[in-house]
Amino acid sequence: MSKRSTTVYWTGFSIILALLIVAPLVLPEFWRRFVTEILIWGLLAMSSDILIGYTGMVSFGHSAFFGLGMYGAAAALLMVKPPNLWLAILYGLIGSAAVALFVAYFSTRLRDIYFAITTLIFSQIFYVIIFTWTEVTGGENGLSFRRPPLAIPGLFSVPFSSETLHWFVLAVVTASYLILRRITQSPFGMVLQSIRENEARTRAIGYAVERYKMVAVMLSGLFAGLAGVLYAIQNRFAAPDFVYFLVSGETVIFNVIGGIGTLVGPIVGAGFFLLLREAFSRFFTEYYLIPVGVIFIAMVIFMPQGLLGFMRRWLNQ
Amino acid sequence: MGIEDFLAAIPWEKIIIQTVNGIVTGMILALIASGLTLIFGIMDVVNFAHGELFMLGAYIGVVVMATSGSFWLALVIATLVIALLGAALQITTLRPLLGRDPLTTILATFGLSLVLQNYALWQFGPVARKIQEPFTGYFTLFYLEYPWYRLLIAALSAGIIGAFWLFLKYGKYGVWIRATTQDRVMAQAMGIPVPWVHTGAFAIGAGMAAASGVLFGPLVGVNHAMGVDWILKAFIVVVVGGMGSLGGSIAASIFISLLEAYASIWVSPAQAVIVSFVVLILTLLFRPTGLFVPTPK
Amino acid sequence: MSPDPKPMEPLVALEDVHTYYGKSHILHGVSLHVDRGEVVGLLGRNGVGKSTTLKTIMGLVHPNRGKVLFAGSPVTGLPAHKLARLGIGYVPEDRRIFRLLTVMENLRTGLDRHGVTEARKQELLDKAFAYFPVLAERRNQAGGTLSGGEQQMLAIARAMMLEPKIILLDEPTEGLMPRMVSQIRQIIDVLRRDGVAILLVEQNVPLTLEASERVYIMEKGVVRHHAAASDLKVNDAVIHQYLGV
Repeated sequence: MSKRSTTVYWTGFSIILALLIVAPLVLPEFWRRFVTEILIWGLLAMSSDILIGYTGMVSFGHSAFFGLGMYGAAAALLMVKPPNLWLAILYGLIGSAAVALFVAYFSTRLRDIYFAITTLIFSQIFYVIIFTWTEVTGGENGLSFRRPPLAIPGLFSVPFSSETLHWFVLAVVTASYLILRRITQSPFGMVLQSIRENEARTRAIGYAVERYKMVAVMLSGLFAGLAGVLYAIQNRFAAPDFVYFLVSGETVIFNVIGGIGTLVGPIVGAGFFLLLREAFSRFFTEYYLIPVGVIFIAMVIFMPQGLLGFMRRWLNQ
Repeated sequence: MGIEDFLAAIPWEKIIIQTVNGIVTGMILALIASGLTLIFGIMDVVNFAHGELFMLGAYIGVVVMATSGSFWLALVIATLVIALLGAALQITTLRPLLGRDPLTTILATFGLSLVLQNYALWQFGPVARKIQEPFTGYFTLFYLEYPWYRLLIAALSAGIIGAFWLFLKYGKYGVWIRATTQDRVMAQAMGIPVPWVHTGAFAIGAGMAAASGVLFGPLVGVNHAMGVDWILKAFIVVVVGGMGSLGGSIAASIFISLLEAYASIWVSPAQAVIVSFVVLILTLLFRPTGLFVPTPK
Repeated sequence: MSPDPKPMEPLVALEDVHTYYGKSHILHGVSLHVDRGEVVGLLGRNGVGKSTTLKTIMGLVHPNRGKVLFAGSPVTGLPAHKLARLGIGYVPEDRRIFRLLTVMENLRTGLDRHGVTEARKQELLDKAFAYFPVLAERRNQAGGTLSGGEQQMLAIARAMMLEPKIILLDEPTEGLMPRMVSQIRQIIDVLRRDGVAILLVEQNVPLTLEASERVYIMEKGVVRHHAAASDLKVNDAVIHQYLGV
């Protein structure tokens, strides 16, 4: 990356980061939560971009990773007293890792469309299990719990305020972005992109393509699960609705709208979609999905590279 | 415990009843899955919106019945209208995507399904509607009064699929569809107008989905989300039956529906769907090309 | 219906055609023509773009630059099915018959066109079976069960059902036994007698020189040499130069 590009990139990054840090201080409560939600859904979409944008595997299974992250956190917060933030994160990651392992094992041998459909069906399997296993998961009604404090055991413990929660989420999402960016630029990331470009050739060169795919799914699942944990902490409940495949579908929509293969694109896509939804639901009440859906289809046809697609090369240097 | 006790413990009556139920549901599923398989086989499109075509067919059935009172008219009109809608959708949203990454069609049809579902919610509201059966009438099956209508559904679905199969085999345009499915490029080189064959096939698939919607309508309430469960089952059927194989889809539909019907003797229907998931997983593990398709050499 | 070309106009002409596959620049400005009823050969090593040239004429790939003309009218960019109906028949490398359709059904794909009466369809079928009796025997068998040579005959017969003014033959003798090769040779003569033009891509140089009136030789995506077949039979240094045969 040329010196000038690097400076431009990091300057832009810092500016946006600064804006996001300041946001909760200047915005009214509703919009504060809105920005936090965009970050969380953005993290989910970013995790999905690892598969769609970098490895070339469209997955409809992210609702399962997200949901299990959410329920994992719920488990920690309900079973262990006093509620511990880090335990919640740990349990959530374990939950989503387990699901990711399951999905990875079965699906990575399948190509393209079969993979997409299978991940869809898998996320529905988890939905049905969670929905019907009422004793453990609360079934239809889900689980609610208390928000854990921001605490380092032995040092301090302070409950989250709306601002500090936002900053915590921002910190987690930013760190995730930087980690994922590092990974996509590493040799491992290069192999993934090579798989996306031409799987047969990558295999012919000698790479164990299935193993790389499995790691990609696990990676994607972990960060999706992390998003689920953040959501659980913010909203203090876990519900089966979030495991329903529609959530996976919306994630893919964020990816496409924002631009796949850019990592930040999906976050922008999430923001764009959620803003559209806010705007349209003022006029169209519950039927906002009709115009939003039409816009989405139009983008798939006419602007398949997404909003940030034109910046893709530059963002990946 | 002797053989007699063992045999007596098996709920024969329930099994036979569920066999009939399984076949009825299986035939409806087969009708939906056939359309999906046709569309996938000929143009590599996974039509996410197929469940919504089913649902809209049922709604048109509701409307026609409300105005005319005739079930048969509803069936015919719904099929034709949705076939036309299918053709229009294919021309506007799928043709521009020809030649692109096949995953874009999944996204486009997913978007369509969202739009159509919410459109139905907007137009018809959240309360379920009902379609009246063309005739009521029961026969006694063991301890149940079993509606004749259910058997009619199975027979009609089988009839429609049979007619479709005959069309494919002997009809003039049937040969076009088969040739295009096998080798799109050479079909073009033989003068077959492939873009229109694609549109026609999509329309046929849509019409079949709509017909299933009307047939199924009297069994359950018609509402905007009714397509969602069916599309997932249809996807499972298409993978288990072998993607692109019509016979496989039909066999898989009946197979899975029977297993689910039997399972619901012992567990709740919501949990019985796990059966289809298990079948899918087993298929993927051991016979990924499809249970009912001969393993490729 | 395409108008008959004026006697001066070639039936098929390519003018400075550049075709790409994705980013690969395959044809670098190909110009050639075939007149009505002519048999023209196209020779060259593997990979020089001979098949791509045929596919461009057939409309299966579209040129980025240059023109394709049929009977004097520009047809660049028309889809293949329209060109087939205008009168271009295509017999690809590896035949590509419809394996799951019967022999009859394969032939039928070319017969179901506008303005063809049932009587005419039957005439065309009878003609095909007369030229290729083995196809008559196997008329209800699936295409995939035929031997290589039989599939080649089916591919040619299928193209004939379009009543084409020109047939594009891509390596028709590849992988065939000598007996079949001479059968192909005879079919080319029969087609020429019927007034059908042929553009013949072949690796079999002697066959090409015998059957064709003119020959083009391609190298690296361009036409390098163009001569009457009779000249090349005598002066074969050119053949050695471009084909290393």
